[in-house]
Amino acid sequence: MTIDISQFYKVFFDEAEELLAEKERLLLAVDIDSPDPEDLNAIFRTAHSIKGGASTFGLNDMSEVTHVLESLLDRIRKGEMALTAQHVDAFLAAKDILKMQLDGHRNGADVDQEAVANVRMMLHDLSEGVIVPTHQPTVPSFLHAEPKQQVAEGAHRYKIELPDLAKRDVDALVDELGLLGRVSVVPLAAGRTALIIMTHESLDDIVAICSFVLDPSDLKIFEAPPLTPEQRAKEAAERARIEEEQGYGFFDPADPEDAGAHEPTEDELGYGFFQPIEQIRLEAGIVAEAPPPAPVRPEPLEITEVAAEKKAAKKGAEGAHAQGSESSSIRVSIEKVDQLINLVGELVITQAMIEQRSSGLDPMVHQRLLQSVAQLTRNTRDLQESVMSIRMMPMDFVFSRFPRMVRDLAGKLGKKVDFITNGAATELDKGLIERIVDPLTHLVRNSIDHGIEMPAARVAAGKSESGRLFLSAAHQGGNIVIEVADDGGGLNRERILAKAKENGLAVSDNMSDADVWQLIFAPGFSTAEIVTDVSGRGVGMDVVKRNIQALGGTIDIRSARGFGTTILISLPLTLAILDGMSIRSGDEIYILPLGFVVESLQPARADVKEIHGQGRVVKVRGEYLPLIPLYQMFNIEPRLTDPCEGILVILEAEGRKAALFVDELVGQQQVVVKNLEANYRKVAGISGATILGDGGVALILDVAALLRSSRQLSDESVLF
Amino acid sequence: MSTQPTNKPNDAHDGSGSEYLAFTLGSEEYGIDILKVQEIRGYETVTRIANAPEFIKGVINLRGIIIPVVDMRIKFNLGTPTYDQFTVVIILNIGGRIMGMVVDSVSDVTTLSPDQIKPAPEMGTAFNSDYLTGLGTVDERMLILIDIDKLMSSGEMGLMDRMAA
Repeated sequence: MTIDISQFYKVFFDEAEELLAEKERLLLAVDIDSPDPEDLNAIFRTAHSIKGGASTFGLNDMSEVTHVLESLLDRIRKGEMALTAQHVDAFLAAKDILKMQLDGHRNGADVDQEAVANVRMMLHDLSEGVIVPTHQPTVPSFLHAEPKQQVAEGAHRYKIELPDLAKRDVDALVDELGLLGRVSVVPLAAGRTALIIMTHESLDDIVAICSFVLDPSDLKIFEAPPLTPEQRAKEAAERARIEEEQGYGFFDPADPEDAGAHEPTEDELGYGFFQPIEQIRLEAGIVAEAPPPAPVRPEPLEITEVAAEKKAAKKGAEGAHAQGSESSSIRVSIEKVDQLINLVGELVITQAMIEQRSSGLDPMVHQRLLQSVAQLTRNTRDLQESVMSIRMMPMDFVFSRFPRMVRDLAGKLGKKVDFITNGAATELDKGLIERIVDPLTHLVRNSIDHGIEMPAARVAAGKSESGRLFLSAAHQGGNIVIEVADDGGGLNRERILAKAKENGLAVSDNMSDADVWQLIFAPGFSTAEIVTDVSGRGVGMDVVKRNIQALGGTIDIRSARGFGTTILISLPLTLAILDGMSIRSGDEIYILPLGFVVESLQPARADVKEIHGQGRVVKVRGEYLPLIPLYQMFNIEPRLTDPCEGILVILEAEGRKAALFVDELVGQQQVVVKNLEANYRKVAGISGATILGDGGVALILDVAALLRSSRQLSDESVLF
Repeated sequence: MSTQPTNKPNDAHDGSGSEYLAFTLGSEEYGIDILKVQEIRGYETVTRIANAPEFIKGVINLRGIIIPVVDMRIKFNLGTPTYDQFTVVIILNIGGRIMGMVVDSVSDVTTLSPDQIKPAPEMGTAFNSDYLTGLGTVDERMLILIDIDKLMSSGEMGLMDRMAA
């Protein structure tokens, strides 16, 4: 049987990476003084799963590190040793080493062998004073054989009970015997091991091979009765099924027959992937001599459920034969998803066209057609929503990488930082998630490095010794707002202004704070000395801003001297589709992104006031808002010039509000955003275009830019 | 979406001669490399772009992609810009970017051999002579050959971002 093992490597790598991330998360969360046994178990399990996988794929370096790690964890878990901060550090270091090794196997990245040795030494030292078991009591059962040789009918089955041997020797023996036939390892009581071998070779050959490693007189070899034809047929069928399902027969999933015969231990359930294929034969032949491995460690029941779920997920991931209840997720390449999203985008446009064209029909005559169209509209919208949700990922994907970074960085700088996240479940488009990581990393690092003060300085300023770093995500209108806040020293206005002058930027001392803070996004600020102080931050802030803007987002700073700094990033939920409100001004139709729209109203004449030379303002709920006539901004032939006859749409962006004067509201619809720059160029005040139901093009207004220009309009009476 | 591959012409003047699409603007006849032409369409309603130069008529939906349309008659003050069922839009593909060009009419496709192409004089047309590749003669007709690539990517047309910056 030839199998493409590489795909299983990939699954293992992906899974190991997830496990490592999980482990890190658990380690960071663990309470050192009174660790929750549940957490310790979970940490242990991640190490154990990685070890299992690594050994199966012959990645010995990884399995060795995990082995040492696991031994230590096991002792802590059993309460033989108290958990200390030192342990956590060592475990984190081990995680890094494993990650490095994993990358080494996966991408051929360099592995620092010295670091590997150091960590192993460190782990070893920590468990000093106690003999580390030389072989694995923790692996319930483990299969090494490679099914190169198909074991045909008439083969003998032997059970070889080994004396107490080093794990290395057992492994060597298994490798050797693997050349003769199918071998599996079964742990026995008292730390000993038994091998089951199925082979055509004679007993003498087996003994000869064993004698390389140990004294043959120590061996106990039993010949198991050959399987009955029924058993063999059953087993062959079972094997064929498994092989078809999984592509190969290494891992025998828990056999229903087997499960019926004896109550499977929790270990077996949890790690069912590594159950020996020989289990059935064991059952059939030598049950008495090979009792099911005793549960070495009792585990809470829910763990097995988790593990079972994982197993199911993994099976699905392997694209195996879906067995309904077993598969809960699949891995699909992102291109396929994007293609699907594009197609649905086209469908939405087509559907809108049909809807529009049929709207002119007589509802009495075409009642059935119109009903179907309404149905189509609903279905399309549902389809679109489901498809878009495929790409949505929780912010946790980004947030989860910060606790470690914060811990390390704070430790390095000698600062104390409490890291708090909020809204990790907020979902965001995958494309955005990936591109937000770097800017956020930068901001978090800046906050710790330059924002939060040293403990002594904090105490002197009357604050708590440890600083707070707050990372949150939340939906706000059609946007997601990500906030990085610290309670550090805040930005230093004077220094920023001084630096700006030095860089030749046009600044004046009476600029508003908000404008001053924006200066740190200027390219010249990046490598400034200003960052050496508590106040300044600036390494690559221009890059951060550029990245955010490239995603269609905005970035805003609020800071108060001595009280900290908050950086607000506002991003669109998705780049492809937007809820829009179509509005008419003159003969032209524009789309307003619904997320910016607060309300729309027809003003009373008394509420519209003229400010000499500054345009008009309108009083809305006690607030005076600048009135932006769209026809004036876009040089549209106006139909209405009196705001009291038209409609005012109150818009809000970047903390500013304004009233946009349009002739009428046309409707509300989801639009597929098309890029204007692909064939043309960026247009001031326009963020993109979309195709309307009639096949025509409507431009999408860039609300933020409109509001910005409205301010300029009143300041200097210039457009854009 | 259909992004036509850019058909790289063998730089217009190789031995065998090249094909040109002939069109008229006012009373003058022009020729452009046929390989830059994606299709020819009738004029349809455009969506105006605010605060754009007058010769940029706006954008249209070409089978799902949004393309700008420029009116050469306005740009070069040739002929009277009327829009009726005879108005023609030549859809160009310039280095992967699609755009439409309104002209008075399209006459035919002509093959010109290198000896039929004379260098352009320094003056005499509405176009900056930088954008001319020469004058082609076909019997009694004279085609003003335009380097449409260069013209459309020029800052003068303002169709691309880097020029606008």
